[in-house]
Amino acid sequence: MLKICTGNVHVSRGLLALMLFGAPGLGMADTRMTFQPPVTEIASRVSDLHSFLMGIIIVIFVAVFGMMFWAIFRHRKNLGHQAKPFHESTTVEIIWTIIPALILIAMAWPAAKLVISQRNSAQPDITIKVTGYQWYWGYDYLDQSFGFKSKLLTPQDQIQNYGPNAPAKDAHYLLEVDEPLVVPVDKKVRLLVTSNDVIHSWGMPAFAVKQDAIPGFIRDTWFKANKIGIYRGQCVELCGRSHGFMPTVVKVVSQKDFDTWVAAKQLAAKATLFEPGKPITKEALIEAGAKVYANNCAACHQPDGKGAGPFPALAGSKIATGPKAGHIHIVLNGKNAMPSWKAALSDAELAAVITYERNSFGNHTGDFVMPDEVKAAR
Amino acid sequence: MTTLAHEAHHAGHDGHHAPAGWRRWVFATNHKDIGTLYLWFSFAMFLTGGLMALGIRAELFKPGLQFWQPEFFNQLTTLHGVIMVFGAIMPAFTGLANWQLPLMLGAPDMAFARMNNWSFWLLPPAALLLLISFFVPGGAAAGGWTLYPPLSVKAGMGMDLAIFAIHLLGLSSIMGSINIVTTILNMRAPGMTLLKMPMFAWTTLITAYLLIAVAPVLAGAVTMLLTDRHFGTHFFSAAGGGDPVLFQHIFWFFGHPEVYIMALPAFGVVSQIIPTFSRKPLFGYVSMVYATCSIAVLSFMVWAHHMFMVGLPLDAQLIFMFITMLISVPTGVKVFNWVATMWQGSLTFETPMLFAIGFVCLFTVGGFSGLVLSIAPIDTQMHDGYYVVAHFHYVLVAGALFSLFGATYYWLPKWTGYMYHEGRGKFHFWWSMIFFNVTFFPMHFLGLAGMPRRIPDYALQFTDFNMIASIGAFCFGFGQLLFLYNVIHTIKGGVGKAPANPWEGAHTLEWEVPSPAPHHTWETPPDEALVRKGLRAQYLEGHDD
Repeated sequence: MLKICTGNVHVSRGLLALMLFGAPGLGMADTRMTFQPPVTEIASRVSDLHSFLMGIIIVIFVAVFGMMFWAIFRHRKNLGHQAKPFHESTTVEIIWTIIPALILIAMAWPAAKLVISQRNSAQPDITIKVTGYQWYWGYDYLDQSFGFKSKLLTPQDQIQNYGPNAPAKDAHYLLEVDEPLVVPVDKKVRLLVTSNDVIHSWGMPAFAVKQDAIPGFIRDTWFKANKIGIYRGQCVELCGRSHGFMPTVVKVVSQKDFDTWVAAKQLAAKATLFEPGKPITKEALIEAGAKVYANNCAACHQPDGKGAGPFPALAGSKIATGPKAGHIHIVLNGKNAMPSWKAALSDAELAAVITYERNSFGNHTGDFVMPDEVKAAR
Repeated sequence: MTTLAHEAHHAGHDGHHAPAGWRRWVFATNHKDIGTLYLWFSFAMFLTGGLMALGIRAELFKPGLQFWQPEFFNQLTTLHGVIMVFGAIMPAFTGLANWQLPLMLGAPDMAFARMNNWSFWLLPPAALLLLISFFVPGGAAAGGWTLYPPLSVKAGMGMDLAIFAIHLLGLSSIMGSINIVTTILNMRAPGMTLLKMPMFAWTTLITAYLLIAVAPVLAGAVTMLLTDRHFGTHFFSAAGGGDPVLFQHIFWFFGHPEVYIMALPAFGVVSQIIPTFSRKPLFGYVSMVYATCSIAVLSFMVWAHHMFMVGLPLDAQLIFMFITMLISVPTGVKVFNWVATMWQGSLTFETPMLFAIGFVCLFTVGGFSGLVLSIAPIDTQMHDGYYVVAHFHYVLVAGALFSLFGATYYWLPKWTGYMYHEGRGKFHFWWSMIFFNVTFFPMHFLGLAGMPRRIPDYALQFTDFNMIASIGAFCFGFGQLLFLYNVIHTIKGGVGKAPANPWEGAHTLEWEVPSPAPHHTWETPPDEALVRKGLRAQYLEGHDD
């Protein structure tokens, strides 16, 4: 029974190996049995409170089940033990109602103090808007006027192992993104969390932060990371097909590095998908569209456009080879499992990806979609 | 012989009482037949939901997608939840109540025999709706058993089928509950006042009230989903003035009492089994009743602890945290009472007792992890993660399911007239006990380390514990075929005929009728002297005077 209570303590490798039926070589190096190392004050306090609780729980568990197993081993019929038919005692019952109540108060007091600090998001140093999309995160630095999307970097062929010969997985398999959220160390960062489509949840275990992203509403949370490094978490509210494939990655840097990074981002924000001044050609659209497709569409419709399971093929599909208006409409507005891309992609990106889809995977419509057409269809 | 004579006597004057063939089951109005139907139905659903669980665990054995597309994986997790909760656990307890309440209370049948038939026969169509939803365009519902909008509003028609199934299941539950309440309140044997009836009747009564209160709430919530989906309402859409979080409030106002709807009858079963095999009266009968009632009342006031991460105001987070913590007081009282019942007993460890002890140990683990989860700041780390999955499987599998196994072995001699094979029963217990823990204990560690639930694929550091859990799940799952074997073996004769009362320490009324219980029992209420003899043996009267 004791094994059951070790939830929060580091169990030695030996014991762990024993629990693994003595099976070595399962890659135990990264296996954790408790919280990720805390890098915020709140996360440390959560960890401490949890240890405090587990201490109390183990004592109660051992006491209560010690009694029970004493009875199981001593008060047996086959040892000739006679039953003593006592069946109530008001004193005992009052005692075992009041003592647990007192223990609960001892737990509730520090818990309440921690809730109060955890919810105090006042006076932040920097405010970032976090938007959940199906299926990636968007970060907007409100004070610095730029933003970007943060998408899974793990390639599909590492994920989809339906056949033999799966390629080796990266060290940060499923927890790596193209662009992490970057924040300065030791600064209070307030996150305004919302969603573009369904409910997501932005979680970061090392910070003890988790906030549901609710479409149409803005909720806030905050953290103050005290150590430079890269921290990884995941979406924690079921949000559809790729719920398991939208990690949250935060890069905590020094204030100086942060300032440099912000300056570069602000400069980049002025650039666009296509070189300004030049006419947009079909070839440029297809080239840009291929990237947009790989980042947004390939997870469901597959890199080869053949679809999978409930996700229809684009190759030869009625929509991708039919009139442009219908194609633009479904990409903008979505249908059933297909999310709406209205807010997630710009006119230029949408024009590019639609053009790409109409001229790839064996589709040869020969036509192309200009950003203005998408704008008009919105 | 007794049985035959009994039935022959009836055939004489009332031949239609036991129609043969399929009519016996389709037109069943006998509480024992309907109880049997409920129990077999729930077992079939248990295997179906279990198969889905194995599908989930197979995919999670290794990182990467090996078997299913994520969308189908989500359908499996959703339907596994819906089927286990509404198809397996709840009907199983209704089946137990059907079989046992009239026998234990000294009543000839359930109060509303025809409604009883209807409430059972609503279940198979509901199950069918859920199963065929896998084959409709878009597949089955994939938004989790909690059906949160806007995801569930955007889903395909599998969601509509799930909504209709929930309507049917809710109707069935309400009718079953009305029947249980009426039977318990009006049809008890002479001399059996409310505070002298078996604890199983008490917990079933409270459960029935909970269901009557919350099943309509769930029906309302899913109906609002349905109109949001098809008829242009905006209950759960901010764009039309609604709020997605409103659904969560309504759902969990149903959902938390629902937890106790699945736990309270288990408490009742265990409160029958432990005294029997301890050869001692239940310790603290009255405090047990009060604890049950206070759990029921508190269960209506804690729903928002399922929503600590939606961004509740600080005050709401505090109050829901405090009330949730409070539930551990009456729950603790129950555990203390069971231990005190065993203390200084004369214990034997037949299979039902093993399952009851397993229940107390593991349910307490689930209770403690629940206490940890009730602390809002700690819940920040666990919410929607594997710790929660571990927690509710400790309460529902080692809790509700183990109590159902215990109940089946306990009452199987009464139902079939034969004794089960004790060695194989014990083997079933130890197999289930070991592999349950192998499956679900590692999930605590996964949750602490930050693995979210409802994901078909995971980061590499979660591999080891997922492998262990998957191995455990397959062993646990296939081990349940042993249970099926044990039951069929017993029905076919087991290890010999069972006496009317095979248990030395059992004193409730069902053991006063022959085994197997004849088709009709207690057509005339039991003699008051007989009732009082049992009550005295349970120390519910007579000894303190």
